[in-house]
Amino acid sequence: MPADATTTDVDSALKAEAQEPSFAQKFWKVFRGHPAALAGLIGIIVFVLLAIFAPVIAPQDPYDQTQLDILDGLLPPGSQLWDGTPSVLGTDALGRDILSAVLYGLRISLFVALVAVIVGSAIGVFMGLLAAMKGGWVETVIMRTVDLKMSFPGILLALMVLAVFGTGIDKVIIALIIGAWASEARLVRAVALSELKKEYIDAARLAGLSDWRIMGRFLFPNSISPVLVVLPMSISGAIGAEATLSFLGVGVPITEPSLGLLIANGNDYILSGKWWISLFPGLVLVGLVLCINVVADRLRDHANPYLRGKD
Amino acid sequence: MLNFVARRLGQSAVLVLIMSALVFVGMYVVSDPVAVLAGEDFTEEDRVALAQELGVDRPLILQYAAFLGNVVRGDFGTSFVYNRPVLELILERLPATLEVAFFAMFIGLVVGIPLGVYSGLNQKKPATKVISFSTTVGYSIPNFWQGVLLIMLFSVWLQVLPASGRGDTTQIFGVGWSIFSLDGLSHLMLPALNLAIYTICLQARLARSGTQEVMYQDYMTFARAKGISRERIVRRHLVRNILIPIVTITGLQLGGLIAFATVTETVFSWPGIGKLLLDSIHNSDRPVVVAYLILITLMFVTINFVVDVLYALLDPRIRYT
Repeated sequence: MPADATTTDVDSALKAEAQEPSFAQKFWKVFRGHPAALAGLIGIIVFVLLAIFAPVIAPQDPYDQTQLDILDGLLPPGSQLWDGTPSVLGTDALGRDILSAVLYGLRISLFVALVAVIVGSAIGVFMGLLAAMKGGWVETVIMRTVDLKMSFPGILLALMVLAVFGTGIDKVIIALIIGAWASEARLVRAVALSELKKEYIDAARLAGLSDWRIMGRFLFPNSISPVLVVLPMSISGAIGAEATLSFLGVGVPITEPSLGLLIANGNDYILSGKWWISLFPGLVLVGLVLCINVVADRLRDHANPYLRGKD
Repeated sequence: MLNFVARRLGQSAVLVLIMSALVFVGMYVVSDPVAVLAGEDFTEEDRVALAQELGVDRPLILQYAAFLGNVVRGDFGTSFVYNRPVLELILERLPATLEVAFFAMFIGLVVGIPLGVYSGLNQKKPATKVISFSTTVGYSIPNFWQGVLLIMLFSVWLQVLPASGRGDTTQIFGVGWSIFSLDGLSHLMLPALNLAIYTICLQARLARSGTQEVMYQDYMTFARAKGISRERIVRRHLVRNILIPIVTITGLQLGGLIAFATVTETVFSWPGIGKLLLDSIHNSDRPVVVAYLILITLMFVTINFVVDVLYALLDPRIRYT
């Protein structure tokens, strides 16, 4: 009997070990016991839902000129529009409801940042893997370009791109992509270089697999995690950058205002005491960036082996 | 060592050349200065004459060569909008940008380092929690909206500081400075503060992590064992040792401050080179944009070059290859 019991113990232990914790379990482990990070995560979910369902929630379609009435211009928060719709956050000079404009602006800000970071990171990961895999002049060219890009402040590079290509949503996305890929490439190359020394890569090489196949099947999945950790930080950075460019008047067009452009519009009315036009878009912008940064900090600490177990 | 310097210098020169070519070609492809300058009543002949006068009817490569030749002689062309030499325009506005950038750096160091050292030394105190939370928020607020908030608070509600312009300037060496008169200083306060908040947060973080590292070094224990007063240990042993990384970052950050002044100058209508750049982008004033971008590239390349050479001089582990 005692022998049997030992066997079952070992069996169950082995089973437990074989059973990887599910994604949800791992996810929960990152946020458990960290109320600030959890609040940030909930905040992000709320912002994303608001952006997705903006057309349903917003009392007005701010892009539809026919819905705007100049008589509704510059109403303070808590007023009523001409047609009786309540305007909780007031209106701007064109009679646009600020709440609606903010909800639609949130959509644009999130869309631009997400597209730019996803495409930029993909390019960065590919470049980093390529540099590590190929070495030689390919690596030299890629890494010198990365150095070149990293030696300039992002805002200046973006202004350079927009001065050359002109403005518009697509141009802003291009500018942000150019700003986003380099740090990811550097990060991935460093990880990939250490992965390349491992035995499974040797095994793959001996099995006669091509460089591209090794890169796609083995190197990529094993080098990607540090990029995933910095992804939220890149997204909040891109949101801030897009808002800055739009505020400066070189970003998104006036017909599709992002949060940054809404703040810029309100900026002209601050000195005459119309504070609500730029305050509310700004609060949403900071709230969004802050939520992402708190979650990003938590993810980074969790991924840092030196800090593990200390939390 | 000489070899290393020569190589880095060569690399920097190539870099400036590449950037200038990219900027020049980019601006050429995008904006047609004839279309910008020509009036409504211009005939086709007038347009051709204007193109000849501006030299934009020649092949691109010749234009670029002529442009480079002029740049070497210090001639960046004439602004379409102001009708004055571009270099003159930029140099005229440079002091305003430098003034606000250096003043912001000063505030950042004077406020940021003590905050960081304090929170490094007193990790458990509530004030440290407040500082750490504030620096996270300071990082998250986009610079331009922070400027808008400062205007709301100090210019609209409290009405203590002006929101735009440079105010009275004092002429020193033929250049106007705001900082030497009370009115000018009051105009300088908000833009400088706006630019400084990020620096304060950065320096506080650097000083805190530096302090936490230095605090447990043997020489600190030794100094305490010798019975030296706490204040003296902090000043003589701690601050001096955390200054090394801070000096490096400060040097590198100065370029970033000048670049980021673009945003602050726009918010506060501060007449510096950043505002000149944005106005020129809006007005399609090609010569100014090209000159600004090339000059700023030159500045960054110089800063990076100096830092690299200093590193090679200071750190024997860096190979001069």
